[in-house]
Amino acid sequence: MSPSAPSGGDAAVSVQLRSGVYADSVKLMQVSRRIGAREGVSAVLVAMATPLNLELAAGMGLAPEEQTSPEQLLIAVRAVDDETLADALADVDAALVERERSTGTAAAIPHRTIGAGLDELSPEAPALAIVSVPGQHAVAEAADAIAAGRSVLVFSDGVPVEHEVALKRAARNAGVLVMGPDCGTAIVSGVALGFANVVRPGPVGLVAASGTGAQQVSCLLDMAGVGVSHVLGVGGRDLKEEVGGLATLDALAALDADPATERVLLVSKPPAPSVAAAVTDAAAQLSVPVRSAVLSPESPDLTAAVEALLADMGLDVPVWPSRPGPAEAAVPGAVLKGLYSGGTLADEAMLVAGPALGGIRSNIPLRPELDLGTDLSASGHLVIDFGDDALTVGRAHPMIDPTLRLEAIEALAASDEPAVLLLDVVLGYGADPDPAAALAPALTAARARRSLPVVVALIGTEGDPQGWSGQADALAAAGCAVFSSNAAATRYALDLLGASA
Amino acid sequence: MTLGNLLSGPPVIVAAGVDVFSEALRAQGADVHDVDWRPPGFGDPADLAALALDARRASANRTAVERLMAAGSVLVDVRPAREVIGLTDRTLLHSGPPLEWENASGPMRGALVGACLFEGWAADVEEAEILLSTGAVTLEPCHHHRTVGPMAGVTSPSMWMWCLEDPVTGGQAFCNLNEGLGKVLRMGAFNEEVQTRLRWMRDVLGPVLSQAVRGSIDAGNDPLDVKAVLAQMLQMGDEGHNRNRAGSLMALRELSPSIVASGAPSSDIADVLRFIGGNEHFFLNLGMPTAKLALDAARGIPGSTMLTVMSRNGTEFGIQTAGTGDRWFTGPANTPVGLFLGDYGPDDANPDIGDSAIMETYGIGGFAMAAAPAIVRFVGGTVPDALATTERMYQLTLAENPAMAIPIMGFRGSPTGIDVLKVARTGWLPQINTGMAGRVAGTGQVGAGLVQPPQACFEQALAALAEEARTA
Repeated sequence: MSPSAPSGGDAAVSVQLRSGVYADSVKLMQVSRRIGAREGVSAVLVAMATPLNLELAAGMGLAPEEQTSPEQLLIAVRAVDDETLADALADVDAALVERERSTGTAAAIPHRTIGAGLDELSPEAPALAIVSVPGQHAVAEAADAIAAGRSVLVFSDGVPVEHEVALKRAARNAGVLVMGPDCGTAIVSGVALGFANVVRPGPVGLVAASGTGAQQVSCLLDMAGVGVSHVLGVGGRDLKEEVGGLATLDALAALDADPATERVLLVSKPPAPSVAAAVTDAAAQLSVPVRSAVLSPESPDLTAAVEALLADMGLDVPVWPSRPGPAEAAVPGAVLKGLYSGGTLADEAMLVAGPALGGIRSNIPLRPELDLGTDLSASGHLVIDFGDDALTVGRAHPMIDPTLRLEAIEALAASDEPAVLLLDVVLGYGADPDPAAALAPALTAARARRSLPVVVALIGTEGDPQGWSGQADALAAAGCAVFSSNAAATRYALDLLGASA
Repeated sequence: MTLGNLLSGPPVIVAAGVDVFSEALRAQGADVHDVDWRPPGFGDPADLAALALDARRASANRTAVERLMAAGSVLVDVRPAREVIGLTDRTLLHSGPPLEWENASGPMRGALVGACLFEGWAADVEEAEILLSTGAVTLEPCHHHRTVGPMAGVTSPSMWMWCLEDPVTGGQAFCNLNEGLGKVLRMGAFNEEVQTRLRWMRDVLGPVLSQAVRGSIDAGNDPLDVKAVLAQMLQMGDEGHNRNRAGSLMALRELSPSIVASGAPSSDIADVLRFIGGNEHFFLNLGMPTAKLALDAARGIPGSTMLTVMSRNGTEFGIQTAGTGDRWFTGPANTPVGLFLGDYGPDDANPDIGDSAIMETYGIGGFAMAAAPAIVRFVGGTVPDALATTERMYQLTLAENPAMAIPIMGFRGSPTGIDVLKVARTGWLPQINTGMAGRVAGTGQVGAGLVQPPQACFEQALAALAEEARTA
């Protein structure tokens, strides 16, 4: 078929019909668009010569003159001059034979929700969702896990308590567990989630409404040669009135049914009395023995609870590792400055030291009248929890980001109030990979400016990525007295204050 | 309590949020799957939480999906709209949410004018426009009459309709007959060519099809299983919305014997067979009421966040959900992106129009893009893009419909049951394949392409569902 070139003003026009060439309409529309985009081409129609397309061609002034059939390919182009037209027609031929190169397989579509992620797993495999998205969005992700019949650990803080209750009720109905929120620790069959330490496997199961409390207890057990089966962190509010121990009761029942768990230790900050009673009643119904390491004025000491558990098991209490420090003289009249990253450790310090010191003011006060407000550099006995929600808005937990606590240490170094500094340093997964690296120089600098005895509760194990001994040595070299027991560290600080309990 | 085997061995972890925890887990050698979590695309966090925690939601959505999937669709009759839905004189159906003449787009106006001329209510365009602008002709959405219509969806009393029935629930759904491509009423054209075709459809095509369908059933044959055709065409390169080639040929195959046996003059039979054989979208008007039957079966389920309607009238896009009954949630319709016929271009395209997005609501069309990779080239996409589109839609939907299997996805069921909550959480909007009508009344089709609903519809639906959840 030879090109016909009807004359029409200054434009060059070609209307061709080809037989025995077929391309689908989408391909032809793509070709038309490509040719139409060429400079100097004013109209183009590359299409099968169907009645509809012939009508379109006629509308564009590009109707073929000869007889057509729908099996023919119509190639109609109008351009500014002959050369442009010839180039355009050559490009039509090129475009028609061009092969669409596959760009490989489909790009994997990322899963946007916990629901989509869990959907990919085999239903039989044990699985757990972990959620650390901003608190207001955590509920939807956690609800996905429950709907999929999976347990979930919620690290997010700022989760409204009514969401927590609703999630835990839904989880109970679904036969799964909601761990957390706001208690970033769990160890499930040796897999450490969030802030957790490398501890040996063993017969003791922990149910913890306290993250750092569970870390203290599991680390001391490890140092005593006793392993854990699982650590189930149920959230810092679980034993409060509003939540009523929903997850604690479920976790106790699950450990009771677990063949690897021979004993259970329940770790908590001071609970609501009514909830504590309900949990005690429930624990008494289980076949596995349950011992309490629940903090209260009457039982202020997690280390003592561990020692009691060891006695239950007929084991000797070891000498808990420590570094004695520079044997500084007591500073009677000085105040206690406790700068903590772990809320339960801060609670324990206040419970241990409170009776000897009188009231200790805090941002997480034991009694409302001891509320510190927002003045972190107030005078007098203070214990500050830098992990409290109000201080972690918009920043990572102090076990990862030491900035605020380092600022507080610098402020203390600049103050002339006689003081003993008490710190916790928490090791393990999720925590700062080398906390002493930032802390030791800051403490050395502070101690160079003024007299400031420093006592550290170093919570961790030798197996932790940071290694207990290496961190202890670095802190001791900076002039700190280092203890593996927070209670022991607190009592040592009291000794330095001349106010031994 | 065994917590779903949680304590039986080291668990596989699925993590959403900060990556420090995942890194620590990987360092232990744990099997960790990170979710690419993003803040929700829209919605008040309190609304999202209220829906996430609504105890009715899981079972309500399960019920909705089960009803959707259980619904069947058989062709039981072909009758004029006047008889089928009691469409009275001076009443016209249109696609999409409710619409007034003054807000109607070009192609919708063109189709409404054309229908007035076809019915003989007006002698010319001016008369028709006066009737329409003065409210002398009542406009009602197809969806309010168990009906769907492609593009303008304009259906008048004399037009013949496919009558489909769900054997499970006895539900019924209706759709007019497809006119073909190019200058057609549903694309807003109304000239003499359009009128001539409509009259032939009224006087020849409709009666022949009616006789064929009734005759076959009267002869003791099973009615045509339209859902089965829909399922088969997905195996043959169609996605059931923008590509209906295989479906149309199968429909022709199934209907031909009874058309021939209808007793109509042989020249009419030849015309009918030629018309059907020459129309690649003939099946669309059977597929749409099939989807409509399934989605109507899922209507009125309190607590369900599943869509039952996505539909456009050329001005607004409207959706309905199973949990909010007949309430419309609307927003301004987007204009499709795609390829154009002849020398039409993007400026000639009207905003999105038609009830045909019922196909996506049903889980095929754009959701089954992987079944019809030819479609994705409308926007310069590749075969992998088609697969990716379907993959993405699985995260917007509640289920996979095993009846609508997609071969290239390993015969995975199509992503079915669009969840308003998932749309909000992923921030991904449903993918719709569509034809494009000319912006100016009378133009007809200008192209075909891809489009998404406006987010505003989903924002309103989410807020309404959350409000309903709170007061439930």
